[in-house]
Amino acid sequence: MFQAVRGVGAMFLGLQWRLGHMFLFLLNAASLCFIPPFKFKLFVRRIRFFGTRSMVVVIITGAFTGMVLALQVYYSLRKVGSEALLGPLVALSLIRELGPVLSALMITGRAGSALTAEIGIMRISEQIDALFSMALNPLRYLVVPNLVAAVLVFPLLAAIFDIVGIYGGYLVAVKMLGMSEGTYFSQMDHMVEWSDVLMGLYKSLSFGVIVSWICCYKGYHADKSGFGAEGVSKATTDAVVTSSVMILIWDYFLGSVLL
Amino acid sequence: MIDVVNIAKSFGDQQVLQGVNLSIRDGELMAIIGRSGGGKSVLLKTITGLLKPDAGSVIIDGIDVTRARGRDLLDVRQKIGVLFQGGALFDSLSAFENVAFPLEECTKIGKAEIYKRVIMALEDVGLINIEHKYPSEMSGGMRKRVALARVLVSEPKVVFFDEPTTGLDPILLHTTHLLIRQAQKKHGFTGIIISHDIPEIFEIVDRIAFLHKGAIRAVGTPEEMLSTNDQLVWGFLSGHVDDPDNILCEKDSQICRFRTQGRQL
Ligand SMILES: Nc1ncnc2c1ncn2[C@@H]1O[C@H](COP(=O)(O)OP(=O)(O)OP(=O)(O)O)[C@@H](O)[C@H]1O
Ligand SMILES: [Mg+2]
Repeated sequence: MFQAVRGVGAMFLGLQWRLGHMFLFLLNAASLCFIPPFKFKLFVRRIRFFGTRSMVVVIITGAFTGMVLALQVYYSLRKVGSEALLGPLVALSLIRELGPVLSALMITGRAGSALTAEIGIMRISEQIDALFSMALNPLRYLVVPNLVAAVLVFPLLAAIFDIVGIYGGYLVAVKMLGMSEGTYFSQMDHMVEWSDVLMGLYKSLSFGVIVSWICCYKGYHADKSGFGAEGVSKATTDAVVTSSVMILIWDYFLGSVLL
Repeated sequence: MIDVVNIAKSFGDQQVLQGVNLSIRDGELMAIIGRSGGGKSVLLKTITGLLKPDAGSVIIDGIDVTRARGRDLLDVRQKIGVLFQGGALFDSLSAFENVAFPLEECTKIGKAEIYKRVIMALEDVGLINIEHKYPSEMSGGMRKRVALARVLVSEPKVVFFDEPTTGLDPILLHTTHLLIRQAQKKHGFTGIIISHDIPEIFEIVDRIAFLHKGAIRAVGTPEEMLSTNDQLVWGFLSGHVDDPDNILCEKDSQICRFRTQGRQL
């Protein structure tokens, strides 16, 4: 009994310690975002890193999400005879919800995992120690450029996801189901408001922070999750799973607060 | 002046260092020898402030590395160069960029001057026309030498070498040793070399420290070490084992015997 209580206590303390540790990591990196010298070249490279890795997969998933959405929504709307709402419904679900969330999940899988592996390998091959021993702050070189790049790239890719998705919905609704082009788009104009776009923007901004934070953190401490290659592989899996779960939890949280 | 006072470090229940005391004079080249897995790399990482010791202190130029923070710590780090056992080259950068990195990031030297210094540093380690190669395209020995060039290029006041010559052929081993000695004469840095090259390292260093069971068992000049009365030290140097904890397999001990004969020449 005593043992069990102690075990639970230790677990909580451990969890608290880990959360605090992660938070300090973010705080450190975030404060470095505003203290020069800035590594502009690294920042540009990281944008390319995120962009080239995730663009194709974001476009493909965006197109199919839009198409499936149009198909399903059309089906439901026909039952109540209000097919005219198809356009705005597709657009709203994409802009407010599916665009930011699904694109963030895709980027996590494509770029987030690579990011953790990259930093993890730098950790186990002592490259991070080498930066330290040169009196440089590794966070400035490894974490800050990723954090800033992610904050920029996530909304952009979400926007691409939205546009491709809306166009995919258009293909299904107009070309396949025979809806008129005017109805699909005109209603959209009326019903999508700035607040919806902002909601999507806030979401993808915060997803950018969450994903780059967790992935960098896990990679940076890859030596703590195991030895050598095993540590890196564990850290990578961990980073992807944690990021994905956090995206969904944060999405709900932000949605209910901003609604 | 580097003072290592009573450093202890354990991982879990494995006591790796248990009270290491060592004093290294300015401008001296010191070798640290000891069994594989004996804690030499851990000691080096503690001295350079990369690992926090459980107890004890490391004082470099009057600053306690284990307790210093902020500005002080940066100042000390700026004086230090570390050659890591695996080289620790940045694999996203070419050989040139790797060697230029400390100059670009930590000094205000101009581009042309950096170019000159980097090429010279690479030439010093016997590497010509490999500036554009990436670590993935180099052999292990090349990587090691690029790493050595990267450490020496910024002319630190204190340099730590973790096995600078493992993985090099006998000729390169010799030239690397000479290179370190020459660079040391030229810039007058304090050097600490972790090494397994038992006969060869004796020719270039001023003093040798023998790390055994987490403590310094003996310190002395090469001559002192060779004429030691300590059975254990002698056993280690000659590759013969009297300590029951230290049983090598038969084959290893033959290789060591072969190498000791070289030393006695
Ligand atoms: N991060 C770590 N976590 C746990 N144990 C460690 C860690 N680093 C080193 N050790 C242990 O400390 C001991 C000393 O390791 P160290 O790398 O210092 O040996 P070494 O003397 O440098 O050996 P070699 O000559 O082979 O390089 C080893 O037994 C190793 O298992
Ligand atoms: Mg070692």
